[in-house]
Amino acid sequence: MMFAAAAAAILVALALVITRAIKGPTVFDRVLAGNSVGSLAIMLLAVVGFLTGRPEFLDIGLTYGLLNLIGTLAVLKFFRHGDLAHDADDGAGS
Amino acid sequence: MTLAIDIASWVLILLGSFFTIVGAVGMVRMPEVFTRMHAASVIDTLGVGLLIAGLALQAGFTLVTLKLIFVLGLFLITGPVITHALAQACLHEGVEPMLTEDRRGRARPGSGKPDDGRPT
Repeated sequence: MMFAAAAAAILVALALVITRAIKGPTVFDRVLAGNSVGSLAIMLLAVVGFLTGRPEFLDIGLTYGLLNLIGTLAVLKFFRHGDLAHDADDGAGS
Repeated sequence: MTLAIDIASWVLILLGSFFTIVGAVGMVRMPEVFTRMHAASVIDTLGVGLLIAGLALQAGFTLVTLKLIFVLGLFLITGPVITHALAQACLHEGVEPMLTEDRRGRARPGSGKPDDGRPT
């Protein structure tokens, strides 16, 4: 019962964060909202795993967390340097 | 004893849900990107921490609890990394934090001059 309440709360939070991702004036607001969507998705995976009696969903959550980190850092690096293969040593513009 | 653990885990899960919604509302209502990072960190620390503590109490001493601790550690490591990278990218792109007073021209921390609150 508590798992269902927690899942509902996480869904409400997801709706609010997606609102920010759509409205966000700058691209950094959208990146931040995307990262929060990833965090909330991991929480939702864990809670739904407990709700349905299958906590093995936590493995998917761990993988998704690592992908979330790498994806967000890649997007930030792209918007900062315009290039994912930017070398940190070849310029003072870093 | 079982009932006590159940009640404790329910309280933790409900508190985690509450702080998750608080963080999401903050992300909608905060005025600019740096304050929104502050709101998002509430989701990553208090929301996830309390929720995972509640779930771990439900799971007991099993492999599931170990995985939950791994997920919590992942959040505690990646949250500051993402926030730092995002703030650095914002400052690099010229997004200035919104301050109540104009602090340009004042002594920076570590610049040798004491910051007495007056413009230098």
